Amino acid sequence: MLEVEFTHILGGFTLDIAFSSGGGVTALFGRSGAGKTSVVHAIAGLLRPRRGRIAINGAVLVDTENRIFVPAHKRRIGYVFQEGRLFPHLTVRQNLLFGSWFAARATNAASRARFDDVTALLGIDHLLARRPRRLSGGEIQRVAIGRALLAAPRLLLMDEPLASLDATRKDEILPYLERLRDHGRIPIVYVSHAATEVARLATTIVLIADGRVQAVGPVAEIMGQAGLYPLAGGFDAGAVLVARIVAHDPRWDLSELEGGFGRLVVGRIDLPVGSQLRVRILARDVIIAGERPASVSSLNVLTATVEKLVAVGAEAVEVELRAGTDRLLARITRRSQQTLGLVPGRRVFALIKAIAVERRSLGHDATTDFAADAQIFEG
Amino acid sequence: MLQAEKYPARLRRRPPVMTHLFALGPEASAAIVLSLRVSFWAMLCSLPFALATAVILARCRFWGKSLFDGVVHLPLVLPPVVTGYVLLLLFGHNGPLGRLFATIGVVFAFRWTGAALAAAVTAFPLMVRAIRLSLEAIDRRLEEAAATLGANRTLVFLAVTLPLTAPGILAGMVLSFARSLGEFGATITFVSNIPGETRTIPLAIYTLTQTPGGDTAALRLSAIAVLLSLLALVLSELFARRLSRRLSGD
Repeated sequence: MLEVEFTHILGGFTLDIAFSSGGGVTALFGRSGAGKTSVVHAIAGLLRPRRGRIAINGAVLVDTENRIFVPAHKRRIGYVFQEGRLFPHLTVRQNLLFGSWFAARATNAASRARFDDVTALLGIDHLLARRPRRLSGGEIQRVAIGRALLAAPRLLLMDEPLASLDATRKDEILPYLERLRDHGRIPIVYVSHAATEVARLATTIVLIADGRVQAVGPVAEIMGQAGLYPLAGGFDAGAVLVARIVAHDPRWDLSELEGGFGRLVVGRIDLPVGSQLRVRILARDVIIAGERPASVSSLNVLTATVEKLVAVGAEAVEVELRAGTDRLLARITRRSQQTLGLVPGRRVFALIKAIAVERRSLGHDATTDFAADAQIFEG
Repeated sequence: MLQAEKYPARLRRRPPVMTHLFALGPEASAAIVLSLRVSFWAMLCSLPFALATAVILARCRFWGKSLFDGVVHLPLVLPPVVTGYVLLLLFGHNGPLGRLFATIGVVFAFRWTGAALAAAVTAFPLMVRAIRLSLEAIDRRLEEAAATLGANRTLVFLAVTLPLTAPGILAGMVLSFARSLGEFGATITFVSNIPGETRTIPLAIYTLTQTPGGDTAALRLSAIAVLLSLLALVLSELFARRLSRRLSGD
């Protein structure tokens, strides 16, 4: 359990942050300059807030009222920086062991992640003798993650760890991060301005804009909310659905998914039947029909109810739909809204092209009970 | 010309290569050995102080820092004679610090130790400067990273800052050594020009130029001085290149 509540002034910018989150991945989501990095700096102890309180599993790290400020090196909070920040004078092995040189006294051997496990998890066992200079961007980030993990942290902070990488490298690292989330027992605070990453990794989203927390909640709930687009800074709005693969259709190279929303046919996904996954459906890929369409090329027609309408920009409206137990987002013109007579409560049909499902947003989803994990990290 | 018998026995045991290869007299070779010893100790003893001063100048903020900075750099701009005279007043037989050190058995006045002190003081700003530049060039975010990994300030300094400053420290040491080899004004003012004790290469060259018929010997010794300085610089360049290659991870 991470509790963060503080105010700070940086230049002319005021930060007023308050949120709490459990285990799994807590994504601090928002545009560049919203104050996300300052929040993780405050959690890490690299920034001393003017006023406030930060605690993790009940252990107080900052409490300005009681004049408590635990210095960074005593916090046991791992930090993966955007630029990796590997020590250039040390080999990869020495970089990885750096934290354990100092952590050895503070923690017992049992809780320390084992070296071999971590290097295997991150796929860096073959790099150990190299110097950071000789690593690719993706390798640097994986070593940086390993270095933070091996310092036996009780919380892992990741500040845009993929921002400096190209798309290929991102795809190389994302599965490792998912593995970390699903198998590691360390809660993660993940800073990002990329909706795709957040949709794929986050358990909880903390939406930050202009130095303030605008929304906190589970990923599907926040991503499915209309009107967040302007706050989060120009990302492509899109709902996140948790689904299970129920069948593959080799004849047409399609896969069928099932979730709280109903059934969805998408392009073939190379995962076994029964796998849980996340699907992000962009608001602009959802078409709304007033009647059940008789013959359309779209394979998916979901029954839904209009929940909320939010105008974005001059011409568009974001429509929040409820399909079964899930939320969907659609982006349509104001004219279409008028023509269809869309108001909250109206029953509609949402059309989703099978092709439209964003392949890069397809993330593995292991629905873990994070409350149980949090217990392990107490004390 | 002075006779070899006047020198202490340890100074007469000079490397034969000097006498034969360069056809140097006992006086000249004594000056070379002495110069190397004086410069070596000057460099070594000022290192911890220079490192501390560089850290203070690069990292600390306090009232009167510009004044402190000025005092550190003073020997660089002061006439060396003035530096030597101040040292004489402070560390001479009757100087307050001279008396203090005498109680623990360290005497500077008219000894080679005094020559080393004079060299250390005049070369000090050069050493501080080199280390300071190197310290300021360090990416401090690496130190932050070390802190998040559990290293306290001392350990961060030892495990990250110091190794990354190594090229600057080395450059500072070589500069200090080379500057010490050439020290003249402060030395002659503070500890005089005593053969075998305080007569370093520059003082020996000066003495030879004042002696009838000493021209050739002065020229030879000057050539040696040029060689030594060049050697120091080349060596430092080699070291620095190797070190920076190691540090940058190639």
